[in-house]
Amino acid sequence: MTLGQGLLVAVLAVPALGAVAVAATPRDRVARLVGTVAAALTLLAAVPLVFGGRGWVAWSGNEPAVRPWHQLDLQWVPGLELRFHLGVDGISWPLVVLTALLTLLCCAYTMWRVPDGGSGRALVALLLVVEVGILGTFLALDLVLFFLFFEVVLLPMYAIIAGWGGAERRRAARKFALYTLFGSVLLLVGVYVVVAAAGTADLVTLTGGAGMSRGTQLAAFTLLALAFAVKSPLWPLHSWLPDAHTQAPTVGSVVLAGVLLKMGTYGLIRVAVGVAPEGARWAAPVLGVLAVAAILIGSLVCLAQSEVKRLIAYSSVGHMGFVLLGVATLTATGIQAALIGNVAHGVITGLLFFLAGAVKDRTGTGTLAELSGLRETSPRLAGLLAFAAIASLGLPGLAGFWGEAFAVIAAVQVGGPLWTTLGVLAAVGGALTAAYFLRLLRQVTHNRPSPAVGRVGPGLAGAELTAWVPLVLLALAIGLAPTLVLGVAEAPVDALIGVVKP
Amino acid sequence: MTGLLGALLPAVPLVAGLLGLLLPPAPRRDSATGGDRARTAAVTLGVAGAAGALALAVALLLTVDGPMETSATWVDFGGLAVTLGVRLDGAAALVAVAVTAVALAVQVYSIGYLRRGPHDDVDVDHRYPPYAAQISLFTGAMLLVVVAGDLIMLLVGWEVMGLCSYLLIAHDRRLAGAPAAAMKAFLVTRVGDVGFLLGIALLGVSTGSFRIADVLAHDHSGATLTAAGLLLLAGVAGKSAQFPLHTWLPDAMAGPTPISALIHAATMVAAGVYAVARLYPLFTAAPVTLTVLGVLGAVTLLLGALAATAQDDIKRVLAWSTVSQLGYMTGALAVGSPSAALFHLLTHAAFKALLFLAAGAVIHAVGTTLMSEMGGLRRSMPVTFWCTVVGLGALAGVPPLAGFWSKDGVLTVAESAALEGTGPAPSWVGWIVWIAGLVGVAVTAWYAGRLLLRAFFGAPRLPLVQPHDPPAVLRWPVLLLAVPAALLGLAGFVGAFADRLRFPTVPVAGSEDGLVHLGSGVLLPLAFLLFGAALVLLGWRRDRAADPAAALGPLRPVFARAFRLDDVQHTLVVRPVRALARAARTGDEVVVDGAVEGSGRAASGLGAGLAALHRAALPRAAAGVLAGALLIGLAAALVGVNR
Repeated sequence: MTLGQGLLVAVLAVPALGAVAVAATPRDRVARLVGTVAAALTLLAAVPLVFGGRGWVAWSGNEPAVRPWHQLDLQWVPGLELRFHLGVDGISWPLVVLTALLTLLCCAYTMWRVPDGGSGRALVALLLVVEVGILGTFLALDLVLFFLFFEVVLLPMYAIIAGWGGAERRRAARKFALYTLFGSVLLLVGVYVVVAAAGTADLVTLTGGAGMSRGTQLAAFTLLALAFAVKSPLWPLHSWLPDAHTQAPTVGSVVLAGVLLKMGTYGLIRVAVGVAPEGARWAAPVLGVLAVAAILIGSLVCLAQSEVKRLIAYSSVGHMGFVLLGVATLTATGIQAALIGNVAHGVITGLLFFLAGAVKDRTGTGTLAELSGLRETSPRLAGLLAFAAIASLGLPGLAGFWGEAFAVIAAVQVGGPLWTTLGVLAAVGGALTAAYFLRLLRQVTHNRPSPAVGRVGPGLAGAELTAWVPLVLLALAIGLAPTLVLGVAEAPVDALIGVVKP
Repeated sequence: MTGLLGALLPAVPLVAGLLGLLLPPAPRRDSATGGDRARTAAVTLGVAGAAGALALAVALLLTVDGPMETSATWVDFGGLAVTLGVRLDGAAALVAVAVTAVALAVQVYSIGYLRRGPHDDVDVDHRYPPYAAQISLFTGAMLLVVVAGDLIMLLVGWEVMGLCSYLLIAHDRRLAGAPAAAMKAFLVTRVGDVGFLLGIALLGVSTGSFRIADVLAHDHSGATLTAAGLLLLAGVAGKSAQFPLHTWLPDAMAGPTPISALIHAATMVAAGVYAVARLYPLFTAAPVTLTVLGVLGAVTLLLGALAATAQDDIKRVLAWSTVSQLGYMTGALAVGSPSAALFHLLTHAAFKALLFLAAGAVIHAVGTTLMSEMGGLRRSMPVTFWCTVVGLGALAGVPPLAGFWSKDGVLTVAESAALEGTGPAPSWVGWIVWIAGLVGVAVTAWYAGRLLLRAFFGAPRLPLVQPHDPPAVLRWPVLLLAVPAALLGLAGFVGAFADRLRFPTVPVAGSEDGLVHLGSGVLLPLAFLLFGAALVLLGWRRDRAADPAAALGPLRPVFARAFRLDDVQHTLVVRPVRALARAARTGDEVVVDGAVEGSGRAASGLGAGLAALHRAALPRAAAGVLAGALLIGLAAALVGVNR
């Protein structure tokens, strides 16, 4: 076993063992500490995956389109031809690191504050299980394995919302679980169709279509894309998300928005587009239209929204619309925009949910009408909120810009009346995004303090800063040096486009 | 070496700004010295950043000879290269000097302006550290636009400026209108930037790179050029406050006065004009875009000038005058002379910064911005008075002050475009720019005279206030800015200066090749100037207490509200968008989510129904079981028979 394979195993085993250890530790505070250490070790194992194994530069026709830097391919259930095939490349690595980082920050935050509803120990254990599922989804190179990890996430997330959430938590958790389960059924059928038609579940072999007939590809893409559209979420399959985000505890919202949604977009790029390229080409215009509808409708709903966390949840619908538009163009520019948009959204929306949670914890309300004048009583919190909002509205020079601007540019690049219109409408959506975030800032930070805000003190807890500062720095760093994300993604995206384009 | 200077130029204030944001924003309640220490650090950072940038800009001006370029790949988006590099020439260096000089003046002036004033009855927490840091960021962003060698880099500076203007306009926490004005400034410019981004996208996709040199060198199709040019103009109209996206600029007066000076003179509004000059060959290749720009410029010019005549707020007069002067600059671009446009941009930077800072001194002294409460300040504030005279003279174009030469340059080019058809756009564009420019001269003289008479002459209308010239930290920036406001126009006679503003890529319009023109052509604007000045003076002499604007009669309220374009914008854009947003929210909650919730309810309802069906008393249940057995038996028999 090479070092890279060891790291791959460690990335999944450390959080899994950590979850067990946390559950087995009797004292709550010690257990949370154990969990945080496990999350930190996971991040330490995830980062060095980038080194080594990249001995190739450009894609050439006779090699497979997915070439992991490190991979581990083991027999699992020989009778069913199931393999335990893991691997990491430039498309998955940024997401793996993002997941590990956000989980670490959430665990560290839980050291300081456990939301009402249950023990902190159980929450941390569940967070680690969710992490295992998400990381497994990003690392799996076997379609059946991918599906299994995809499903692992569902129940612990349900428990997090239902156990530690707000007043309406049970209803929201049930809706989340049932709705995404509906997506999972489609995913299962899609996986079944692909595996039955191609005779293998290996993603490396499958990428490029593996000789499946056009009809099979269309059916497979439709099923898979619908499944991932529920997770991403794509309008009009998004309505589980506002309830789940609003009711989930702060750390739950951060993980949900930060990385859970990315399973959908990642799956769309790696599985749906990769396995059924002909289906992708066929469905691209529909996907593009829906993505732009998501951008516009998401932004408009935000403009009329009256609750902070709900507003941020709907803003995710708009932002993921940009990501899906990038994917729908099926160009190298668009897919790269989607990848960086994915990571940027994870960083920025994670930060936004942390800050919204902090505001809600301090004032006891999330209703916009009851919040105003935050900059009078807590200038630092107001400043950070302004930073996150501005990063989220896509200010050039911060992380959010690249994904949105280049999704538009990719649409213009495809050309033709349809895609040009989509590009223009998406750009208009960018202006609407600015409008609702400025409205949020004006309401929350400006003017005289409302009674709820009046009792907020200026101080920020150390744990809060520990959780937020890395995200602030990342938003700035990715904005200034997008190569951090895209440098590693260039070659695999070119390879993917090589098999997708006829 | 020059490339390094160019790269450091935006970096120095940007770093100063980012560091400044780390300082504690508000003084702690328990410590009296902590706030002061943060303030001192903020002042040091701000002034050092601006001074360092000014030194770099001067060094750049002295070393740059001819265009030069550096570039390195920033990121590659699937074959579309985004580069990181500077593109320097004489014009960039001159604009950089203007930007940094005004920024330094503003940083120094702010030290005195954002302090407890004589009219603050309570000790106000001015939140100085973020304020100074945001000015530094603003300066850095503008310098990034000035030196950028890549369209995406330019866009970064362009939008960061929009953000800084938003933050700074909303800075004054005592003004109830400030947040709304700030939001309006950001949103209106952002709407323009939708076009700007799409224009950049078209050009970048057509070229395969966003490097300005590549974009200019590439042979674009005519349709692409026209579309991209018009889209870029939307962004330019937003930033440079051109009709119909000018509405944010007068409201931006809610910001502290030094910020107004910064926005109006050196940054933000200058960026649009500069960007067009930078990409000028693209516009000349698609004359339709210049025609549109000329029409918008002429409308903006007259609209701004007329709106300025009826304002009572001294800052709003100056704001509308900026709108009008920007019309001269875009008009000059439309008739084919980026040199004349940039010359006017430079002189305007000097005299408008001077005017705003002087107005700040007045506001600081009398505690109001309304001219109806001023009057007679000439005796009590002589330094401010004379500086304002210089500034207003330059604004109106009184020879030999700076504005005279640059405005004359614009009018000469417009005249030759009108009479001889030398401009890139059709000659009727030249005509409307020329005529609007001439009428504008008279109107400018009128409102400049009115401002002077209302604020500084006559009897004091607020006798209780004891106004006095400002302290040294406010006075010196004003005095030093008066020098270029008076003399910068003469620099047009200096060969080295004129050469730096010359664009080698642009054929020189008209027969003259210099920036300044002395000939019979000067007489016509002078006649308009005298006419406007005489009109306001005569009106004032009739009744020294009355507002000369009373002579406007029924037009006065129309001008005061700038032809009610704000209301038009509100009715045509803001309200429909809000209604659409409410409809989208309702639709999403009732229709989309309603379908989901509905199917959930339907499923559980169906389940409940089936469950109820299964709850039966023994006789019916037994009958059911028997009927079932019968059915199965029958089926088995039938299948068996068919076999």
